[in-house]
Amino acid sequence: MTEAKPKKMMKMSTRENLAGWAFISLNFIGYLAFKLIPLILAGVLSFSKWNMTTSLSTMTFVGFDNFVKMFKDSFFRTSFTNTILYAVVMVPVAIFLSLIFAVILDRYVFGKGLLRLAFYLPNISSMVAVSVIWMILFLPSYGPINMFLQSIGVANPPKWIYGKDTSLMSIMLVGIWQRLGYNIIIILAGLQGISQTLYEAAEIDGANGIQKFWYITIPSLRDTMFFLIMMSFISSFQVFTPVQVMTKGGPGKSSYVLVYYIYSKAFEGNELGYASAMAWALFFLVFIFSMGRMIFQRRKAE
Amino acid sequence: MRFQTKRLIVKIIFTALMAFISIAMLLPFAWMLSASFKPENAIFSFPIEWIPTKDHFTWANYDRVWNSTVPFTKFFLNSVKVTFFSVLGEVVTSALAAYAFSKIKFKGRDIIFLIYLSTLAFPAQMMLIPRFVEFKFLGLYNSHWALILPGMFTAFGTFMLRQFFNSIPDELCEAAKIDGATHFDVFLKVVVPLAGPAFAALIIFQFVGSWNEYEAALVYLRDKELATIPRGLNFFKDENGQAYGAIMAASVCSLIPIFIVFLTFQKQFVAGIATSGMKE
Repeated sequence: MTEAKPKKMMKMSTRENLAGWAFISLNFIGYLAFKLIPLILAGVLSFSKWNMTTSLSTMTFVGFDNFVKMFKDSFFRTSFTNTILYAVVMVPVAIFLSLIFAVILDRYVFGKGLLRLAFYLPNISSMVAVSVIWMILFLPSYGPINMFLQSIGVANPPKWIYGKDTSLMSIMLVGIWQRLGYNIIIILAGLQGISQTLYEAAEIDGANGIQKFWYITIPSLRDTMFFLIMMSFISSFQVFTPVQVMTKGGPGKSSYVLVYYIYSKAFEGNELGYASAMAWALFFLVFIFSMGRMIFQRRKAE
Repeated sequence: MRFQTKRLIVKIIFTALMAFISIAMLLPFAWMLSASFKPENAIFSFPIEWIPTKDHFTWANYDRVWNSTVPFTKFFLNSVKVTFFSVLGEVVTSALAAYAFSKIKFKGRDIIFLIYLSTLAFPAQMMLIPRFVEFKFLGLYNSHWALILPGMFTAFGTFMLRQFFNSIPDELCEAAKIDGATHFDVFLKVVVPLAGPAFAALIIFQFVGSWNEYEAALVYLRDKELATIPRGLNFFKDENGQAYGAIMAASVCSLIPIFIVFLTFQKQFVAGIATSGMKE
């Protein structure tokens, strides 16, 4: 009896171990093959020089050369600044607009479901399709946007994505238009969590709409908004598709962003090592905001 | 009473305002649809003819889309294939892993979980180059596997389902095990049936993501015959340069499937996004 018990316990735990590993094995193998190994490879590549049209044996270790090159590369600097600029403008504008729209949609309209839909559709559309449409809408001389602007008396409408000074701004515009739906979904979910009794109590005390918004809605949405700001920055740093489809970084280098530059160096310039080093710059940007999010969530959990 | 009337007026004003903004949001789609039915010379006429008149109405653009050298049917089928296998694979592998993380106490669980968590911060685009090299080696470059395989294993699905499984009481699983059920029985007969809404949200959310996926298709596929819809649309755009009507018709064709799926499963999709926001 006294001997049998620990034996059985061990068998039990062995069985649990086996079951656990069996259940996780598929996912873990995939994780190793398509996430962990690529990540290690991303590290190795960034310290080497390799033209992918040649065999792997031509790969040479170059130490920090790629990183040094990065800081001297004016194209990289432009792409990096443009990426930051894109995020710093796009994130607050999109969040501000979606906060206002979400609050109105949540409490002050008839036909909430139908009105919401108009914001969701751009968001579920593929960025390629959306970019293709806007490319044509933005045509400077006979595109519908400028035709409209001219008809209401704007003599020299902007050249949008086709102009050096406006290309990045136009990409932001498309980004904001597409992003609103996502933000609104998250904010509406946050609004669901606010107890109605708070509003009712405020109404009894004679609070008006703006006071309710400022003293109840905003503080209650603090967590949601923080999450949304972090997520928005992370996704803005990764902007790629509208640039690749609409401007290819141009005109000049006016709309080069980090991921597009990495892409063009890697797959058009064949500089895999250098492109991998720049990918760590992207990681660095994203990492700061991921950390912010994690620390915040930990604090919330405590 | 006066308060009620005031509130009603506010509501009417805001509804009108939001209706106006909603229509503005949708104008690019309306323009696309309208242009797709017009001959080239009528597309940019101003004021915009939202509904083409009879002599400005044509199916020719759609004809061009469906009968081009690589027809849209091909892109459509490729997208269906890639999306189906990615989403199916992801649901199965994530559900099994999520069950292990949530309901089995095994050696190494916490360490693996920590490793999974720590790699969440790496943006997907960081994987593009190393995966490209890996796929070249494995001979998966320029095949649909290069899109399907990475899509099958995502930490997101595992975390989302784990969170839901955590809300299923352990007592329920223990009770089944006392009756002699194995973990696999508990998984299939207790946990999976209870997790219907979580699966639905995950499936729709990942469906939309996979259907619209562009970067991997751009980097890992060379042959036009293999292109998914987003990649195919860009091929079509590049080849048809100034044929704006045809490009708009192609855009319409690329958007219709996702609109239909979204309108059917809107609730699940919204739940998917909302939980992605609340995870951990």
